[in-house]
Amino acid sequence: MIKAFADWLTYDIFQLIDGTHLADAVNFFIYDTIKILLMLTAIIFIVSVIRSFFPPEKVKKILATKAEFVGNILASLLGIVTPFCSCSAVPVFIGFLEAGVPLGVTLSFLIASPMINEVALVLLWGLFGAKIALIYIGTGLTVAIISGIILGRIPAVEKMVEDYVWELRMGEAEIPKLSWRDRFQLASFHTQDILKRVTLYVLLGIGVGAVIHGYVPIDFVATYAGRDNPFAVPLAVLIAIPLYSNAAGTIPIVQALMGKGMPLGTVLAFMMAVTAISFPEMVILRKVLKVKLLVIFAAILTVAIIMVGYLFNAIM
Amino acid sequence: MEIKILGPGCRNCEKLAEEAKRAAKETGCAAEVVKVTDMKQMMTYGILSTPGLVINGKVKSYGRLPSVSEIKKWIEEEK
Repeated sequence: MIKAFADWLTYDIFQLIDGTHLADAVNFFIYDTIKILLMLTAIIFIVSVIRSFFPPEKVKKILATKAEFVGNILASLLGIVTPFCSCSAVPVFIGFLEAGVPLGVTLSFLIASPMINEVALVLLWGLFGAKIALIYIGTGLTVAIISGIILGRIPAVEKMVEDYVWELRMGEAEIPKLSWRDRFQLASFHTQDILKRVTLYVLLGIGVGAVIHGYVPIDFVATYAGRDNPFAVPLAVLIAIPLYSNAAGTIPIVQALMGKGMPLGTVLAFMMAVTAISFPEMVILRKVLKVKLLVIFAAILTVAIIMVGYLFNAIM
Repeated sequence: MEIKILGPGCRNCEKLAEEAKRAAKETGCAAEVVKVTDMKQMMTYGILSTPGLVINGKVKSYGRLPSVSEIKKWIEEEK
């Protein structure tokens, strides 16, 4: 139905001729924008309702009693459904450690939480299809679990956390009882908030994507940064780091580039780096991690993401 | 009455502080709105998700932006 509407607008109202670059780009833009905005609205709402059952205050209690491995797996999974913004990273980190959650498990949570978020998932699902969205979730979880386990096993890793963190004592917050009405209200508020924040980037991203889709030659990326170029993956990760968590703006562009021959591994590595590694996030984490651990943290994450890139370029 | 906004000072904390001021004004309540950015103090309230809203020492909400009318209701409760 959206397709029919986009066709009608492109060919009947704008009078563009089917098959031209301009018509292609306009049609692509209209179709994708409507589809993505509808999907974002529905899915953010559903995810927000689910999230209202898992505030970090409750999650820390679940994780406090779990050992390594099981803890890392659970932490990464809970990272997906727990409401989290980077300004909460410091209190969440301290609160988890204080409750007795192992350091590696806490870090698994902090990696998974921004990496696998609902905005990125909607865009992946809507633009790339369910299969690639699921691959992204799977590999994202694996990266979070393994990185957390490795970090937790560094000898004397506790000493690489700022000393004051271990001295803080937390009070006990009463977890408010929410009615279904509260949850729906919260979810609709949250949905509006996110839509307000990302719509412009979605439009920009899809706009640039549409131009690429319509005008860039079909084998453009394949020629310069294809599967056989070993530098493509690390370069993609490097480019992604300054694009702070802006999944909304970057995923449509990457999707268009994939149509021009960018291999899946490079695509995955790029998107993981966009959501999981960023300069502002590191500045925030510096408040609780000493420089040494912060560097190791960023390095392990970068290597893990690059490996995902190479792996998928090799097998797909 | 004392209203505290807990949070490291991100966008939502600023917004909540504004809303709390407005709510206090509209209820005609002489309330002081204080921003708590010090982690040690913040943690004593037991919340992990910011921004947090504390009225007369009681945590009223956290991890979300309550509406002005909700804040007004809480102010009335504590009057």
